[in-house]
Amino acid sequence: MSPPLLGVGEDEGHSNAMLLASLASLERMCKNGSDLKEQNYMGLSDCSSVDSSNISITSKDNSGRGLNLKATELRLGIPGSRSPERNSEPCPLNSVKLDEKLLFPLCPMKTVVTGNKRGFSDAMDGYTEGKDISTLEVNLTPLPRPSVNPNVKVGSAKEKPATQPAKMKEAMSQNAVEEIPHNKSENILNHVNRANNEKSAPATKAQVVGWPPIRQFRKSTLASASKNTEEVDGKTSGTALFVKVSMDGAPYLRKVDLKTYSAYQELSSSLEKKFSGFTINQYASHGAPSKEMLVESKLNNLLRGSEYVLTYEDKDGDWMLVGDVPWEMFINTCKRLRIMKSSDAIGLAPRAVEKMSRQKIAT
Amino acid sequence: MDPKLKKTKDSSSNSANSPDSTHSSFPFPDEVLERVLSLLHSHKDRSSVSLVCKDWYNAERWTRTKLFIGNCYSVSPEIVARRFPRIKSVTLKGKPRFSDFNLVPQYWGADVHSWLVMFAKVYPFLEELRLKRMTLSDESLKFLATSFPGFKALSLLSCDGFSTDGLKAIATHCKNLTELDIQENGIDDFGGGWLSSFSENCSSLEVLNFASLSSDVSFDALEKLVRRCKSLRILKVNKSISLDQLQQLLVHAPQLIELGTGSFQQELTPWQYEDLETAFSNCKNLQALSGLWEATSLHLPVLYAACASLTFLNLSYAALQSGELAKLVAHSPNLRRLWVLDTVGDKGLEAVGSSCPLLEELRVFPADPYELDLHHGVTEAGFLAVSHGCRKLHYVLYFCRQMTNAAVATIVLNCPDFTHFRLCIMNPGEPDYLTNEPMDEAFGAVVKTCTNLRRLAVSGLLTDLTFKYIGKYAKNLETLSVAFAGSSDRGMQCVLQGCPKLRKLEIRDSPFGNAALLSGVEKYETMRSLWMSACNVTMSACRLLAKDMPRLNVEVMRDEGSDDRQADKVYVYRSVAGPRRDAPPFVLSL
Repeated sequence: MSPPLLGVGEDEGHSNAMLLASLASLERMCKNGSDLKEQNYMGLSDCSSVDSSNISITSKDNSGRGLNLKATELRLGIPGSRSPERNSEPCPLNSVKLDEKLLFPLCPMKTVVTGNKRGFSDAMDGYTEGKDISTLEVNLTPLPRPSVNPNVKVGSAKEKPATQPAKMKEAMSQNAVEEIPHNKSENILNHVNRANNEKSAPATKAQVVGWPPIRQFRKSTLASASKNTEEVDGKTSGTALFVKVSMDGAPYLRKVDLKTYSAYQELSSSLEKKFSGFTINQYASHGAPSKEMLVESKLNNLLRGSEYVLTYEDKDGDWMLVGDVPWEMFINTCKRLRIMKSSDAIGLAPRAVEKMSRQKIAT
Repeated sequence: MDPKLKKTKDSSSNSANSPDSTHSSFPFPDEVLERVLSLLHSHKDRSSVSLVCKDWYNAERWTRTKLFIGNCYSVSPEIVARRFPRIKSVTLKGKPRFSDFNLVPQYWGADVHSWLVMFAKVYPFLEELRLKRMTLSDESLKFLATSFPGFKALSLLSCDGFSTDGLKAIATHCKNLTELDIQENGIDDFGGGWLSSFSENCSSLEVLNFASLSSDVSFDALEKLVRRCKSLRILKVNKSISLDQLQQLLVHAPQLIELGTGSFQQELTPWQYEDLETAFSNCKNLQALSGLWEATSLHLPVLYAACASLTFLNLSYAALQSGELAKLVAHSPNLRRLWVLDTVGDKGLEAVGSSCPLLEELRVFPADPYELDLHHGVTEAGFLAVSHGCRKLHYVLYFCRQMTNAAVATIVLNCPDFTHFRLCIMNPGEPDYLTNEPMDEAFGAVVKTCTNLRRLAVSGLLTDLTFKYIGKYAKNLETLSVAFAGSSDRGMQCVLQGCPKLRKLEIRDSPFGNAALLSGVEKYETMRSLWMSACNVTMSACRLLAKDMPRLNVEVMRDEGSDDRQADKVYVYRSVAGPRRDAPPFVLSL
């Protein structure tokens, strides 16, 4: 650990001494080196070294502790590695968090979570072999080099830096580390293991240009299509509540968004409109409404007087008559709607209605 | 291939151009030879024929009517004009494939205009032009439309630089147009008026595909066009055409073989629904179906009647759920090709496996490519299910978020006839999610088992071992796509040294450097092209390659702000035309 290297990151503006301290503590903490092994992978450990001999990290195993040390110290000098919310708290007690923030500065670059257990060293081998030292040096010095890899688009809202620390912390704790290469050459080192992480935490990730390899036309078409789908299925939480509406005898079902109505009357008139094609033209005059149906429920009356009864299936799977409960409760319990023929509903509606009417009379 | 041709090719390969050796042994007069050769259509066969001897070379060049140029910069219009006097149909491909994914800057080139100028001079009777990844302007389209009186067929795939005004010129001037096929281009859509530019006399259309255009066309014009073009066999409309409009079109064109619907979402009255159903069931020749934008379970049943004869179903713009797909494929037992979105999930693919035993090609596209949540999309289970039920599968393009080595090994055991295996595990460097190991063994299994493999795209966490396998076993491999893979130069070297039939190698974001690049120095002239971007190649190696191989064009594009020594994007291709003369400033021809 040579202090001079730390000084390279002069644009960092942080107290190097603090970093030294934290690094030292980090080393002490991660004695087993497994965490640091992953960190080790960051090309920074290679490219930040000024002389090529350091790049002889060609050992096929991740065992070198010395690598860990190098990794921790060399990582400091990354230009363009400013994080907007970089926490300047240097306290070693916060070492895990600190390490993440300082050692993995949040810049709007490709972020890939690394893992261990892979032939990383292989990746590093390949990476180092053909690498120009000069490029590596560039990584170190605060040259006017854009910190954003032109090949890497800044991530979408998902990758706001604000969310990263938490995720990274989680990542750390799950024995994986989030990487922030800032050089396209480091993209190579992004073959990393996110497997464990992915399942548990919705990892943030900046978009890579041209990846996944999908043509522009398809991408833009799907983008708009997925928005439509989401709306229709009500996946977008809370903004829509679509339920299926079936009508006996109709060839197809409809869907209505219950949230767009505030009362039963609105619902029934909307349904009337939607299914008018059937009733008016195909099921016109069918005789006098059965008296049993004409009782109590105002809703039934609205539904063309009598031919049909509007029912719904509630959370328990029971078919209930629409109109019994307050609207809010109805929305919360309704799973689907069915416009039943009155003849089918004989077993259902009258009893319910009678029961209700009896209750009303009683109260 | 004709055994006689093969035999003579072998025996004469040493004396390809010696004037005296063959004339006496082949008693055919030129006319007969030409007559025979005119029956050859495959350009590969024709290339072989032209190498036999000078006579055959001449006979071949006089009888060739279809020109295929896989890389527009590999040859120049002048050279082509000199060699082939009688061309009626041209297929030209331009930019490297990675330009589809925004890796090639705009104004890179591949402009077709100089070709058109030459064609107008030398091939005034040109009838067909098929362009892929070329740039063409409205002026070029207008020039095309007015320079070739007999022009019949225009097909533009993944091209850019033009607008609907150019299409208007085509519709207006090409009186004998039989084919207008516009697919997925970077086109400026100024409105659908171009469709109305077809003359009232135009009744020759056989193929009309404007599915990828966005603006509304005049339905009236379209309907009239469809009505009078009795030979129309392929019709693919865009989203602006509604379901009831589609029904009206179908009534006029029940002879359609391929149909691309418009938007498949509309409030229909029951009669409209029935009419649509009837219209579909009347299309007895329908083999391919696409479009189906916004299709839902509401309207899909109208298709059931037509599904029985379908061999190609393209649902890649319809975000169907598993149940919807299951019902659809249950009616489509004759499917050979299926394209879907991964919204159908593994369950949907299971249904495919059980319903479509004749399936040969499957493409599963991601509905939300940037979504990281593993609960969406398809996994190895879906692929496995298809492989169990569809033993004839030989082409797959599969986007997924997780895969295992074991699954792929089983899949290729089930389906050993893969010719095209394109697996895209969407997170770069993703290992086998069960074992955490690299995906080397998966692709190893693919190349070992599938001896007919011609195209391979790899993904996931891969070390050099994958490439060692590829070099060792993939003896028929022609196209290889690599991204975020490999550990060292050794990987690329194995491929370059081991795959004798390799023609196209495209690599991005992989740790292959100068040694790898230079190890292929003997190989690149046998290939169409090599693309390497975001690898470890430097300018010095590129210069060396360019110097050593004068018949290779070595072009470098540098990213903004990158080091002078770094060769960020390298494109190497063989050419008899020398370095490009139209290269923009950001393309360095070395």
